[in-house]
Amino acid sequence: MWDYTPTVKDHFLNPRNVGDIPDADAVGEVGSLACGDALKLYLKLDDNKDKIVDARFQTFGCASAIASSSALTEMVKGKNLDEALAISNQDIADFLGGLPEEKMHCSVMGQEALEVAIAKYRGEPIPEHDGEHDQGHAYPDYEGEIVCKCFGITDTFLKKVIETNRLTTAEQVTHFTKAGGACGGCIPKIQELIAQVLGDDNLQPRKRPEKLSNMKKMQLIQEVLERDVRPLLWADGGDLELIDIDGPRVQVAFRKACAGCASSGNTARMVEAKLRDLVAEDIVVEEVPA
Amino acid sequence: MKEIYLDNNATTKVDEAVFEEMRPYFCELYGNPSSMHFFGGQVQGKVTEARARVAALLGASPEEIIFTACGTESDNAAIRSALEVFPDRRHVITSRVEHPAVLTQCRNLTQKGYRVTEIGVDGAGRLDMEELKAAVDTDTAIVSLMWANNETGVIFPVEEAAAIAKSKGALFHSDAVQAIGKIPINMAGSSIDMLSLSGHKLHAPKGIGVLYMRRGTPFRPFLVGGHQEKSRRAGTENTAAIIALGKACQLADQYMEAENTIVKAQRDRLQDALMAAVPNARINGGGAERLPNTTSIAFEFVEGEAILLLLSELGICASSGSACTSGSLEPSHVLRAMGVPFTCAHGSIRFSLSRYTTDAEIDIVIREMPPIIARLRKMSPFGREHLKA
Repeated sequence: MWDYTPTVKDHFLNPRNVGDIPDADAVGEVGSLACGDALKLYLKLDDNKDKIVDARFQTFGCASAIASSSALTEMVKGKNLDEALAISNQDIADFLGGLPEEKMHCSVMGQEALEVAIAKYRGEPIPEHDGEHDQGHAYPDYEGEIVCKCFGITDTFLKKVIETNRLTTAEQVTHFTKAGGACGGCIPKIQELIAQVLGDDNLQPRKRPEKLSNMKKMQLIQEVLERDVRPLLWADGGDLELIDIDGPRVQVAFRKACAGCASSGNTARMVEAKLRDLVAEDIVVEEVPA
Repeated sequence: MKEIYLDNNATTKVDEAVFEEMRPYFCELYGNPSSMHFFGGQVQGKVTEARARVAALLGASPEEIIFTACGTESDNAAIRSALEVFPDRRHVITSRVEHPAVLTQCRNLTQKGYRVTEIGVDGAGRLDMEELKAAVDTDTAIVSLMWANNETGVIFPVEEAAAIAKSKGALFHSDAVQAIGKIPINMAGSSIDMLSLSGHKLHAPKGIGVLYMRRGTPFRPFLVGGHQEKSRRAGTENTAAIIALGKACQLADQYMEAENTIVKAQRDRLQDALMAAVPNARINGGGAERLPNTTSIAFEFVEGEAILLLLSELGICASSGSACTSGSLEPSHVLRAMGVPFTCAHGSIRFSLSRYTTDAEIDIVIREMPPIIARLRKMSPFGREHLKA
């Protein structure tokens, strides 16, 4: 069973603003039956055609898709168009108290529908969908080369989501956009896109600097721990905290699943190897009691 | 909230008589059946009795029964063994609608240089026997086909398929975890070589399975390192669960008729009432021979997870072929293989009953289900034109 927050459950069981607006000023539609979820968003503007006075939705999809749509309509009401456009998919997820990562694509769908509705209303050029995929097209209003053929998702769209959410793995991209989630054929292409978006930085093997001032060294140690070590520990439900840096000695305390873990000695050696590799050769990692 | 449990193809309640049977084998009669002393010996006696009870349900001999940890282990052991005993045969046949316990293993074999054929099914989920006949050749090591499908309940003609496999000298294995206890099975006089069973699908606890191995069938063990199960499956016996499974098989035999009369009537009443009350619905595999306890109904224009969670709010437990429930993104491979249209593959709900299901529970589901579908359809941007018509 999914671990949905009480807010997700509430918006699923008691969705706000379900339905259509016959004289809507803006309508945005994303998703399809084939994809397994779809959202049609209706916006009504005030007389100055700036402020959103009403928002309604129709959604086909799972509980988190319905909850995300409901949340979105609540969030945009009373906002002017530019304020509404500033809402990110993460904002929608935050409004709901969080979504399981596998369901983040529901929040992305909400944000997209909003963007499409406003672009259409403003008459901004929205390229036609290329029509080559008969199984439906998740985000028809994004031009570009189709990367995921199963869900009809383009490179333009994927790059945008990768950039906004700072996604670093193909699996995350699948959770956020569904791309790569069916046949998996496009996963190498998704990895390429990640590399493009995040810059060469992530591709180039990083090297240990020749010389480091003490201050720089401390900064670099912190950076490596944040970027290279902690995400690995999170994956196993663990964590660590940097306690002190004294010359070559780096003291860390293990937290969560790592605390008291029988193999924390190995983990400490792994951390040490990473730091020796990327910061300085003489680093010694010491574990201090949590 | 009292549950209405219609998800018996996922797992079943342990029968209380089964639990009583196993209870003494934890804290009192905890001996190891391999031991020389009386204390282990009395457990050995019960394990022997359990083996005979399992064999009786299958129409098999006790020595043809190998206890394993689960149906998945049995499936893995059967396929691996066949490849080891026929090292020169490099072809494996299965179906597109198998349980992942078989399908994943077969697909992994392609990376080891095996040729793998996945036989298709028709719109009602029936196996394409012509495709099977054409696929089996003298390079085929094993044909593994499920007895009954977990999602739709559709029954495959496994005897006929086994005869086809045998005609080219291939071994035949059937994943029968959904069939055993629901429909009669008789291995005496059958051409099936290997069969997988899972205890928790027939009111025994989780963590116990069986690999039936026809006498004389060549076999290489999956787990080695002990003489247990005549060296065919090393590891100290899960005695309490084995004894429980023996009792569960004995009870399954007793309830077999009820399963095919009372439970089947409840299943039929449920699906008929829902089909009458809900427009734009279809029974997946409705045209095929099916298990008496299972029905999978596809509702157009709505999504399965949302249906399940609304049912769950009312205490009703069911399952779906929906992608969103599993974290994968494609609807069930079974429904896809059957060609179920996308308009309803995402909205398929499986109800699987058991001998514990009551008429009153069926009444509640018949009452609660149509408004749930109506509520979600009202929310859906699709199907307005269809549903009006």
